[in-house]
Amino acid sequence: MKTDTAEEVVAIDNRPAPQRYEVGLGQLADPLVGRAIELIWREAQLLDDKDYEFWQTLYTEDAKYVIPVDPDTEDFESSLNMVYDDARMRHMRVTRLVQGYSMSAVAAARTSRTISRFTVEEITADTVTLRSAQVLVGFKRDKFQMLGADLTHRIRFNGDDARIELKLIRLVNSDSAVNASGFLL
Amino acid sequence: MTSPTSEGTGGFAALAQGDRVAAQLYTDPEIFDWEMERIFYSTWVWVAHESEIPEAGSFKMSHIGLQPVIVNRDRKGNFNVLLNRCRHRGASVCEVPKGKANGFTCPYHSWSYSLEGNLRGIPYPDGYEGVTEKRDLPLQRLRVESYNGLIFASFKPDIEPLEEFLGDAKIWIDRFMKQGAGFPVKVQGEHKFRFEGNWKIQLENTTDGYHFPIVHRSWMASVDAETADMLSFMTDEKAVTHALGNGHSVAIMVPEHVDLEEDDGMEELQERFRHIIDELSEIMPQQQVRRIVRSMHGAGYNLNLFPNLSLSMSFFRVLRPISVNETEIQHMALGLEGGPESVNRERLRIHEHFQGPFGFGTSDDSEAWDRVQRGAVANPDMPILVNRGLGREVTVDEGWKTSHVTDETGMRESYAMWKRMMSDEN
Ligand code: FES
Ligand SMILES: [Fe+2]
Repeated sequence: MKTDTAEEVVAIDNRPAPQRYEVGLGQLADPLVGRAIELIWREAQLLDDKDYEFWQTLYTEDAKYVIPVDPDTEDFESSLNMVYDDARMRHMRVTRLVQGYSMSAVAAARTSRTISRFTVEEITADTVTLRSAQVLVGFKRDKFQMLGADLTHRIRFNGDDARIELKLIRLVNSDSAVNASGFLL
Repeated sequence: MTSPTSEGTGGFAALAQGDRVAAQLYTDPEIFDWEMERIFYSTWVWVAHESEIPEAGSFKMSHIGLQPVIVNRDRKGNFNVLLNRCRHRGASVCEVPKGKANGFTCPYHSWSYSLEGNLRGIPYPDGYEGVTEKRDLPLQRLRVESYNGLIFASFKPDIEPLEEFLGDAKIWIDRFMKQGAGFPVKVQGEHKFRFEGNWKIQLENTTDGYHFPIVHRSWMASVDAETADMLSFMTDEKAVTHALGNGHSVAIMVPEHVDLEEDDGMEELQERFRHIIDELSEIMPQQQVRRIVRSMHGAGYNLNLFPNLSLSMSFFRVLRPISVNETEIQHMALGLEGGPESVNRERLRIHEHFQGPFGFGTSDDSEAWDRVQRGAVANPDMPILVNRGLGREVTVDEGWKTSHVTDETGMRESYAMWKRMMSDEN
C-alpha cells in the first residue's frame, strides 16, 4: 500500500457525492415485507430456543441455507463454504443437532440474537428479499462469544403461507478464524 | 530469547517419558515459550502449498510459530519466505492474506522491498547518507525447500536438508498426492478456526483413531452406509499406525486406499457418486473414472508431519500455536487442478460435511480438545497417558514401529521428537 500523494488526496476530495438510496418509499410498510420480517424474527427465536425441528419447516423444499467463507462470492457451488445446505443436508444437520450424539451440540452455548437494519432488496408478486444485520451473543462456560453477520433472506409467499427460500449468512469474520459451535446461525 | 541454562530447561525433556507425558505440557506458558524457540524456530515448518502461490508475484501470509511470514514465488520461479517485518521500525509490510504483487511497500514510511526481500527504495534518502546502506537491510529471509508441492521454511540457516528431515514420510507424501488421479493436487479453499487448547492436543488428534467412532458418531450416523463402512477401522487388523521417525507418523484408516494407483477392480464404486461416474464415463475410459472416484475421499490415511502439518485423507490440516492454551487450525480442501469441475465440487461438499466450524466432525473435535485443556489443569502431576497398544507394538521390515490405528504409536513418536528437541543436549 502506498501513502497518499497530493494528487490522490485531491482525487479523494473530488469524488462525486455518494449516491443516495431511494429512502422514504415506504417499502417497509408493504404488507409482504411486514410478513417477511415477522417470519425472520420467528426464525431467530426458534434458533435461539434450539427448536430445530420446527425451524426447518420454515424452509421451502428447494431452499438453500449458506454460510460462505469468501465474502465476495456468489458462486457457492464452486467455492468452499462453512455451510451449504439443501433440504437433505439441512435435515441431516437438524437430526445431528437434536439426536444427542454430538458433544458440541449437547454442550452448545445459549444464544440471543438480534436482527435489525432491514432493507428491501427486491419485491416481486410472490417473493420479498430482505437484507439485515444480525448480532448474536452466545454464552458457554463463563465466556461470551459475539458473532456479527449480514443476512439476506428471500421469502416466498403462497397465499397465506410464507417460507424461506434462501438464507445467506455473511459473517463479518467469514474468511478469518470462526470458532466451532454447536448451534446454528 | 537468551540461551537456556541447564536448570532452566533440563527438566522439560524429563516431562515426556515414552508412554506418558506430564500435563504441564499443555498448560505451562514457560514450556510454550521454549517450544517456540526449540521446536518451531529450530526445525522445518510447513508454510504453503505451491498451488496457493501459482504465478510469479503470487504471495500468501503465513506463520512460523508466533512469527508472521510472507511466502511468495518470484520471477525466477523460486519460493521466498520473508519475515513480515519492516527493517526500519518494525511495521508489518503485508496485511493482505493472499494476492499478487511486485514487491512489498511498508505503509509507515514507504520503504519498499522486492519479492526476494531486497530493500529497493527509501523515500527522502538524504537522511541516510553515510548512515545506512540499502543492501544491508533486506527483509529477513528464511531457509526454504519444497517437496512434492509442500513448501517448508526454517529459521535455522544450517538445518539439515528438508528431504532428510522428512525421511520415510516422503513415501507417504508421494502416495498422498496420487489422489490427484493424474492431475496436480490444488488447494480449493480453507476453513479456519481456533480452539482453547494447547497445539499438541491437535497434533495428537490427527493420529488418534481411537476417538473416531465416539466423537464422530453423529457424522457417522449422517453419511451413507458405504462411507461409514469405509471408515469402520476399529476392528480391521490392516488398519495400523506406523511411526516414521523425526516425530512423523502415518495412521492408516482405509487400508485399501493406501496406494490409490493400485486397483484390482474388485472394489465397488460408491453409489453416492453415481452422477459423477455417469458423467465421467461419457468422456474417459473406465479405468480413469475408477481412479478419480476411488480418490474422492482422498488417501486412506492421515500423515502427521511434526510439528505443524497433517496430510489428512483429502485435506491439509495446519496447526498454528497462538499461546499455551489457544491454537488455530486450518483445514484446506484439496481438488484436482484442471480436473473435472463436478469432481472438485463434490470434494468441496464432502469437506463441508465434516470440516469447518459448522462441520459435522470439526465442531465435535473442537469441543473434545477444549475439554482436554479444561481437565488437564486438575492435578498437573497426573500424567497424560499415551500407552495404548504398547503391548502389541511391533517393528515392521521398514523399521517402523507399528500398532493398530486406534493405538497411540503416532503420539509416542511425536513426543519422542518433542523430547529430543526440548532437551539441553540438542
Ligand atoms: S517502519 Fe517501515 S518504513 Fe518505517
Ligand atoms: Fe476427530
